[in-house]
Formats: sequence, C-alpha cells, structure tokens
Amino acid sequence: MARTDVQLMLDVKAGDEQSFELLLRKYRAPLVNFLYRMVRDPGVAEELAQEVFLRVYRARKEYAPSAKFTTWMFRIATNLALNSVRDNRHRQMEISMDQSVAMGDEDQPAMQVPDDAPSIEQEMVARTRAEMILKAVHALPEKQRAAVLLHKYQELDYDEIARILECSESALKSLLFRAYETLRAELAPLVNSVRV
Amino acid sequence: MSGTQKCSGMENKLVAYLDGRAKPAERRAVEAHLAMCAECRVRAEEFRALWNAMEDLPVLSPSPAFDASLRARIAAEPVRRGFWEWLPSPRLAFAVTALVVMSVWLSSMPRIASNRTRVEAKVEAKVVQMAAEADYRMIRDLPVLENYDVLSKFDALSELPNSPASVTQEPAEQVQ
Repeated sequence: MARTDVQLMLDVKAGDEQSFELLLRKYRAPLVNFLYRMVRDPGVAEELAQEVFLRVYRARKEYAPSAKFTTWMFRIATNLALNSVRDNRHRQMEISMDQSVAMGDEDQPAMQVPDDAPSIEQEMVARTRAEMILKAVHALPEKQRAAVLLHKYQELDYDEIARILECSESALKSLLFRAYETLRAELAPLVNSVRV
Repeated sequence: MSGTQKCSGMENKLVAYLDGRAKPAERRAVEAHLAMCAECRVRAEEFRALWNAMEDLPVLSPSPAFDASLRARIAAEPVRRGFWEWLPSPRLAFAVTALVVMSVWLSSMPRIASNRTRVEAKVEAKVVQMAAEADYRMIRDLPVLENYDVLSKFDALSELPNSPASVTQEPAEQVQ
C-alpha cells in the first residue's frame, strides 16, 4: 500500500532519506511548472523549486501534519514566487517560448518539452497559443494568478488554495471568478475557436 | 428574468459548479439561475472553453541536473543540532538528569549540617563561658585561699582528716 505524502514526510522526519527522494520525484515537475508559470523564467523556476525542496528538508524535524503536504509545499512555493516577482529581479527578462520549448538547443538545456513531432505549422500555432495563455495569466494580479494556477493546473481543493493564499473559501471563489472573467476577455480568440 | 443582482450571486458559485465541486444546494441554485439568465449561460460556456484552451500550455520537465543540484545544496547545508541531539542516547540523558538531581540534593546537605553545628557551637560557647566564670571566681578568691593565717584559723578545715603523711606516722609513734 502506497504511503501518503504525510506519511512520507513523517518518515523523512524520522530520518528516512529515501522518502524524501519519493516526494522529490513526485513533485519536482508540478513545482517547476507552477513556478515557471508564476515567474515566467525557467532558470528562476528551477532555482525556486530547489529552494522549496530545501526548505521542506530543513523543516523536516519540526514537521507536524496539521495540513495536507501539498498545501504546505505550495504555500512555500507561492510565497517564494511572489517574493521573487515582487523583487522585480527577473521581471525585465522577457522569456520567449522559443527559449522555453527549445529542444536540443545546447544553450537552453534547462527545460524540456515532450516532443510529439508536430509539423512546423502546428508547432507555430501551439507556441503562439501557449505564449498568449502565459502572457494573459502572467498579466493577472499576483494573487489571482496563483489562484488560477493552483486551481486549473494543480487541481488543489478550494480549502487548500484558500489556506495557501490566506483567504476564505468564499473570497477565493470570487477571486477565481474575476480571474477567469479577465482571461475570458484576454483570450477571447482562443475561447471562441474552442467554442467553434 | 436576468438581473445584475442575481448574476452577482454567481460570483462565488459558478466556478465550483463548472468544475464539479459545488455543494448540492449551490449546484441547484446555479442551475436555476442558468435556466433563466442567458448572459450567465454564455459565461459558463465560455469558462468551459477557456479551461479547454488553457490545457494547451506545454508541460515542462525539470532539467536533468535538477536532482544533483538539489542534493549538492542539501549537502552544503550546515548541520543544525538541537540541545537534546547533543545527548547521544536516552540512557545518557537519564544519567545526566540523575546527576543533576543528585547534585541539587547533595548541595542541600551542608545546609542541614551547618544548622547542627550552629546548635553545638552555641552549647559549646555556653560551656566555655561557664568555665571562664568559674576560673574567674577562683582567681578572684586566690588571695584568700593562699593566705596561711586565714586558712589555719579556718574552722571548717579542722574538721578535715589529717594528711596521709601524718596518718602513716601515727602507728610508728604508737609502737614507740
């Protein structure tokens, strides 16, 4: 029977390094993706994801399972991402999707996108759509952005997201509604093409 | 029968309804509203379309060096040790605790001993004082005691038996 995240973390607390490896394997990709979508810099996203794991590891001795492991981990990640964005150190670096999805480019080994071998035209369309979505999400206010990413891509429960963002569930639902209203307007071309 | 007030009520219900996590009562309320409000029906449809479109975001993989880099950062972490971690075993912790308790107990012992000494010293001082007083009285009476005239005429002395020398001489005189 597979151990839950909380059980794994309690084992880490007891000194089991192997359990930390399991948590790392399970959450490194979701964390990197979440952080990339928050900060839009693949290098910073990796650095921040490592920082999240480092903080989890540092705090292992004091870990108390008062909430879900993902709530704790994404709370650390969200705070780090918001601080990073607020520091404005990386805001000026406009990372194009060309860089982030470049495969086999020796200058950009950090991020890899699964290669389904689409045609050049399909690839261009996909890149354009992805770029639009990323820009629209990134243009949202910080809290709305974090809420959308945790809701849409991490599929966390409302109570988890509310705890991460330190607000009530009702406030979170209103926050999400307003964020999706903005995205609906910003991404109208994509939305209408999906509807058609 | 669409109204702004009714639509604003959808603000914290519609998203949960669309992702299937609304409570039954909320779901019924949204369905009732959507049946009456064309604007919210369009909104709900476009939210669904938006979410489908957002699936197109590529999923990125961490770099192959991610784990190695993280392990290096963990290895570079300074080892933090709490107070109790300095004690290698519970047995030693118990021994240290016992030692502390013993020390506290022993440190209270001299206090009892000193109490006893104080009482003894008081008695001793009294005895010394009494002896000193007796000595003083004797010294004060010494001129009288050393005065031969006083002693020879002291009636009480005449009642004393003779000295041993005089007693031993008497039988000899009787023999003569």
